[in-house]
Amino acid sequence: MAEIRVEQLRKEFGSFTAVQNSNFVVEDGEFFVMLGPSGCGKTTTLRMIAGLELPTSGRILLGGEDVSQKRARERDIAFVFQLFALYPHMNVRKNIGFPLLAQGMQKAEIRKQVEEVARLLRIDHLLDKPVSGLAGGDRQRVALGRAIVRRPKCFLMDEPLGTLDAEFRDLMVHELRELHNRIHATTVYVTHDQHEAMAMADKIAVMNHGVIEQFGTPQEIYDRPATMFVADFIGSPPMNFLKFGATLARGDRKVGVRGAEIVIPELREDAGEAEYALGIRPEHIRFDDASRLRGAVYGAEYLGTTQIVAVETADGMLKARVPADQTVKVGEQVGLALNGARLSVFEKASGRALRTALHDEALRSHAHG
Amino acid sequence: MSASAHSVIEPSATSKRVAGAIVILYAVITMIPLFWIIATSFKTPPDSIAYPPKVVFTPSIEGYCNLFTTRTRQTAEYIQSLPPATNFCDETTRKRNMVIAGQSNFLPRFVNSLIIAFGSTFCAVFLGTLTAYGFSRFKVPLADDLLFFILSTRMMPPIAVAIPIYLMYRELGLSDTALGMILLYTAVNVSLAVWLLKGFIDEIPREYEEAAMIDGYSRLQSFWKVVLPQATTGIAATAIFCLIFAWNEYAFAALLTSGTAQTAPPFIPTIIGEGGQDWPAVAAGTTIFLVPILVFTILLRKQLLRGITFGAVRK
Ligand SMILES: Nc1ncnc2c1ncn2[C@@H]1O[C@H](COP(=O)(O)OP(=O)(O)OP(=O)(O)O)[C@@H](O)[C@H]1O
Ligand SMILES: [Mg+2]
Repeated sequence: MAEIRVEQLRKEFGSFTAVQNSNFVVEDGEFFVMLGPSGCGKTTTLRMIAGLELPTSGRILLGGEDVSQKRARERDIAFVFQLFALYPHMNVRKNIGFPLLAQGMQKAEIRKQVEEVARLLRIDHLLDKPVSGLAGGDRQRVALGRAIVRRPKCFLMDEPLGTLDAEFRDLMVHELRELHNRIHATTVYVTHDQHEAMAMADKIAVMNHGVIEQFGTPQEIYDRPATMFVADFIGSPPMNFLKFGATLARGDRKVGVRGAEIVIPELREDAGEAEYALGIRPEHIRFDDASRLRGAVYGAEYLGTTQIVAVETADGMLKARVPADQTVKVGEQVGLALNGARLSVFEKASGRALRTALHDEALRSHAHG
Repeated sequence: MSASAHSVIEPSATSKRVAGAIVILYAVITMIPLFWIIATSFKTPPDSIAYPPKVVFTPSIEGYCNLFTTRTRQTAEYIQSLPPATNFCDETTRKRNMVIAGQSNFLPRFVNSLIIAFGSTFCAVFLGTLTAYGFSRFKVPLADDLLFFILSTRMMPPIAVAIPIYLMYRELGLSDTALGMILLYTAVNVSLAVWLLKGFIDEIPREYEEAAMIDGYSRLQSFWKVVLPQATTGIAATAIFCLIFAWNEYAFAALLTSGTAQTAPPFIPTIIGEGGQDWPAVAAGTTIFLVPILVFTILLRKQLLRGITFGAVRK
């Protein structure tokens, strides 16, 4: 196992830049998820770490060793492909043992190790079956087995659950994380599904158009999105935005949105006069008739313990997550109170989040460990 | 595939019967020459030229005897003085006042055909697979132009270049050699092989090789262990096409081979009997000539049927 360090990694295809100067560190034994919409360069980054694609510039260090220009087979990593790439002309046992065969391992030893891995993944009863007849989940396990059996420096997985149906996916998310907890392998996992990312990751990098927009723990990314893109991409429903124009300065604790004074975490930087957006998670909105921020209930989506209520305001639709037992009537006028301690402020033009007291908290919690 | 994927309207019993009849009729018409050849090979020479043609006749293997032997005419006294005939061929030959003088050239010509056809097929498929893999997986500069150029070698009938090749081969000492014929047929077939195989290899996802390379294999090893086993269908189909061409090729063989490297197609029509063509022997040669390609096709028919859809059917 080893740490993966990516420095200024860049990949161009002709005039198109698929990955722009990425930097991140995956610590030894960490489960790292690269999350982003389709075409944002996740697979390209992963393939460069694997050695299937050479970077245009930048460095990749595996356990401190620069492998940027090394061949895939010299890097000692394992890759799980989206379509699993199980060799159709071999049975399950041969598929799992294939990487060991490359190392010139003795037949008996291969047998032993393959069976051990198969037991770990609970597919030992399938060992002598052809791979063509396997169900999606079992194919997935065989692909994992082929990756694990070699005890590589790290695992790379490219949307390995992408082709499974929803029900099965939840099961495999759980299984994968459990497996990781047992073997503690450094893992880079690519997905466009935020639920998978949130459920499994120690650290997440959110990518968009080849740029890493934010790198952090799932909590950091959810609570303190660094950009409007991240705020919008993560969370369902995503973060609400209230637009306003203002002149903001260090120490400000309130902003005015259409006459309503809204408390925000204290600003830690001077931002000047510009268009801004207030970012509000649905769970940080509650109904309060005293509030001057008002709107009409547009609809409600019942989720069991909570419900998502859409409220049409003069500044657009806001979605609030409120307890399921609260009665709401469509068309009713309601006042909305915001949890001032948990709001984000974005500069609209760049999409960047301004530094606020919210981030002190992060610094403190970092300092504490 | 479910029934609904085919046709919404189930054909009526009558139209099925009509369609069946047409298929059978067509099959019979195309098979008649083949049956005729096989029947002729089992006729005696007088039966083979009888008019009206004999459909019912007593089968004889005289044609096959004549195919494999050369015979000389002898006086009746000389034949009487010989020890009794020990096999059927001796006996029939003596009845026609002849004795077997030796082996004919058919067997060596047939062996030539085998060596040249299988040799050139192997070369064409081998080169074709490597070339197709290269075009399929790597960024080859001017790939499209090169592929078009490769295809363009098929655009004129090969025989159009017969005279230059004849002269070239004479200069190079390749005339009437098996090597020369293998080179020639390989050159003709390799473009077909590249195009067919590129289609098949394009169909094999790159992930398989990439997985193998990550798992510690070199590109060549991944090609050998992962790509080739999955390309067998395409390789079999391509091999049959190449083999059929090389096996049946007549014009170049007639032009460039006359002796030691002569193949069966130009040899068979030259089988001469007493007073003209020996039709049963010619038919026997043709019948035997059909066997290898038939066996090869039957052996590979599963791959061929799948391969002929050019990868449209997924594994
Ligand atoms: N070999 C290539 N040549 C040219 N462009 C490429 C190549 N590979 C990828 N790209 C482009 O780079 C961009 C990023 O691709 P990539 O496959 O990394 O996206 P992704 O984030 O994995 O998306 P998805 O979720 O769809 O898999 C895409 O716009 C893609 O078209
Ligand atoms: Mg991808």
